[in-house]
Amino acid sequence: KSYLGSVLSAMSEAVLPDVMVPPAVGGLYGEKAGGPVVDFSYVGIDAILEQMRRKAMKQGFELNIMVVGQSGLGKSTLMNTLFKSKVSRKSVLATAQEKIPKTIEIKSISHDIEEKGVRMKLTVIDTPGFGDQINNENCWQPIMKFINDQYEAYLQEEININRKKRIPDSRVHCCIYFIPPTGHCLRPLDVEFMRRLSKVVNIVPVIAKADTLTLEERDFFKKKIREELRANGIDVYPQKEFDEDAEDRMINEKIREMIPFAVVGSDQEYQVNGRRLLGRKTKWGTIEVENIAHCEFAYLRDLLIRTHMQNIKDITSSIHYEMYRVRRLNENNTVVTHANGIPEHHLAAHEM
Amino acid sequence: MASTEIARQAGEGARAVPLAGHVGFDSMPDQLVNKSVNHGFCFNILCVGETGLGKSTLMDTLFNTKFEGEPTQHNQPGVTLKSNTYELQESNVRLKLTVVNTVGFGDQINKEDSYKSIVEFIDAQFEAYLQEELKIKRTLHSYHDTRIHACLYFIAPTGHSLKSLDLVTMKKLDSKVNIIPIIAKSDAISKSELAKFKIKITSELVSNGVQIYQFPTDDESVAEINSTMNSHLPFAVVGSTEEVKIGNKMVKARQYPWGTVQVENENHCDFVKLREMLIRVNMEDLREQTHTRHYELYRRCKLEEMGFKDTDPDSKPFSLQETYEAKRNEFMGELQKKEEEMRQMFVQRVKEKEAELKEAEKELHEKFDRLKKLHQDEKKKLEEKKKSLDDELNMFKQKKTAAELLQNQAQQAGGSTTLKRDKERKN
Repeated sequence: KSYLGSVLSAMSEAVLPDVMVPPAVGGLYGEKAGGPVVDFSYVGIDAILEQMRRKAMKQGFELNIMVVGQSGLGKSTLMNTLFKSKVSRKSVLATAQEKIPKTIEIKSISHDIEEKGVRMKLTVIDTPGFGDQINNENCWQPIMKFINDQYEAYLQEEININRKKRIPDSRVHCCIYFIPPTGHCLRPLDVEFMRRLSKVVNIVPVIAKADTLTLEERDFFKKKIREELRANGIDVYPQKEFDEDAEDRMINEKIREMIPFAVVGSDQEYQVNGRRLLGRKTKWGTIEVENIAHCEFAYLRDLLIRTHMQNIKDITSSIHYEMYRVRRLNENNTVVTHANGIPEHHLAAHEM
Repeated sequence: MASTEIARQAGEGARAVPLAGHVGFDSMPDQLVNKSVNHGFCFNILCVGETGLGKSTLMDTLFNTKFEGEPTQHNQPGVTLKSNTYELQESNVRLKLTVVNTVGFGDQINKEDSYKSIVEFIDAQFEAYLQEELKIKRTLHSYHDTRIHACLYFIAPTGHSLKSLDLVTMKKLDSKVNIIPIIAKSDAISKSELAKFKIKITSELVSNGVQIYQFPTDDESVAEINSTMNSHLPFAVVGSTEEVKIGNKMVKARQYPWGTVQVENENHCDFVKLREMLIRVNMEDLREQTHTRHYELYRRCKLEEMGFKDTDPDSKPFSLQETYEAKRNEFMGELQKKEEEMRQMFVQRVKEKEAELKEAEKELHEKFDRLKKLHQDEKKKLEEKKKSLDDELNMFKQKKTAAELLQNQAQQAGGSTTLKRDKERKN
């Protein structure tokens, strides 16, 4: 405690008996001494950060994640691992026999989770049946339609005259695409899907069940995938064109050099070196999910949740949604929209 | 073909699920705050009050800076609004502060229309935002929000009651903006008179149905302080940017022969309360109320005025279709105009370039002609020279042969002459 600080606090007791203690952020004399601290050049503008934080904690957050990939790639497990709880559809709707549906279905399930006072409404959107048919032509269509339907719902509420204070946000913020760990290259289905969907939603590709690849195979596979994405002009998250400034670009370049993340999911804990860790136990060793020497799950989690969550939502609302809105408002014939059936020509207009 | 099916968990709300470990989304508020810090904030204050009530001084005192401007004259013909924007920074927070002053309020003889320009100004800011929101290609997140977040209404310290101008103006403004009434230059009122004055004002406001801004009491962390402050409204303030030495430090104060009024002394005036409420506790709430309540009301009224209704889901796109049709036509028109402009510019540039090239070509031709002529001249000269040289050569040759001939003849003759001479000598 500096001499000046103590002198000020002593004087302040005499002069200003009832002064409110300003939040201890910024200002010239920022420390909160024993008594009230007086700072004559401190206005208190930076208290707005605290106010915003308070408002955010009160309102809570929403996050909508979609998982796409063939059945058996560990999508549900990965969701459960990411959010450390049974958030996937399978865990919730305990069906005795999970049959692969004959057509693609879109199933979403919502959860309220809370951590250290921060409340979040998490919606996981599952796409069972994707890529599982013999003929997978146009299997992206129902998914595109779902995504566009959410944009449409938001738009409808937004152009209402009497609209809600907080428009419920069901827009898909992020679509995690599971690439099977073949080790060679992307399949035509992967390329087609990602090419079309990267234009309407943030795509985060991951290599599923990466414990079947050695490190060299993994690096080769990743390089091949990145080349193919570049060759096909597919822009996955974080997209280069949306980097805001040099700092952003630096951080995002590092991420772009690492995608797709090779992940392993697990919701079982095992004893490793005296600690209980999430992992997969095999006869030749235990794969620790959160160990970055074993797999890149931790990077994915950090990207999606700890550092870039807000950014993902921002890009969805200020870029993807706006693009949808411009397209929609520019259409010559507005057509009545129903929950299920947008007439074909309208569907075509929505597709890129 | 594929069909879609959207299934939701029973009940609109979601299940609460416990977490088995640290996930990390508790950093969300931080991420949100960081984004806002990078973006910067804006806050717009409107000061309504008669000339000479110390509005500018109070702003200077609140924000610890000297905003530009000299005191306004009292002879304005009508009420105009002057707005100034300043960029302030404190630690890592950048604030774009706009202070709007009513110039000439209360100075006219007939004050019936005084409130009109204020209402128009506020509406104009809402309109600008609405236009941006309705645009087809819009940039809402980088839009400089000029909507008024707080209106400080300066009440003259008469000590009796509100003037009718004040009541009328506040009534017109209460549905458009957050009004915070303050008693200006309150060092002119004694403590006992002040208490009575405040009660009178509050009861007049209530009986006339004026809705002033209430500090929010729904969040427990600030509910207590806000409700206490609500009971202290209207705040009796004194503003000053001059510093006076009290004890052994400098404080902002106004010095009189009978004593010194210290601005930041809560026993002397409510300045600290005002600063606390306006800036340190409720700035974000003021902004939110402006957006979710006042702006929404304006938007609803405006759209209904334009003839739209929310009927049923089917015709929603149609009800606003006309605006969008018009917007789209405007957009297309602009595009076309731009295209025309670009085309014309392009044609112009091509013409210019063509002219340039022609010029260059002409120059080149001239140069070529000149060079050719030069060349020809030189050639001619050279030929003449050659001719003259040839002539000389011929003449020389002729002379040479003539000379040789002569020489031969001379030699022969000379030989015979020498022979003759020799013969003569011998003889």
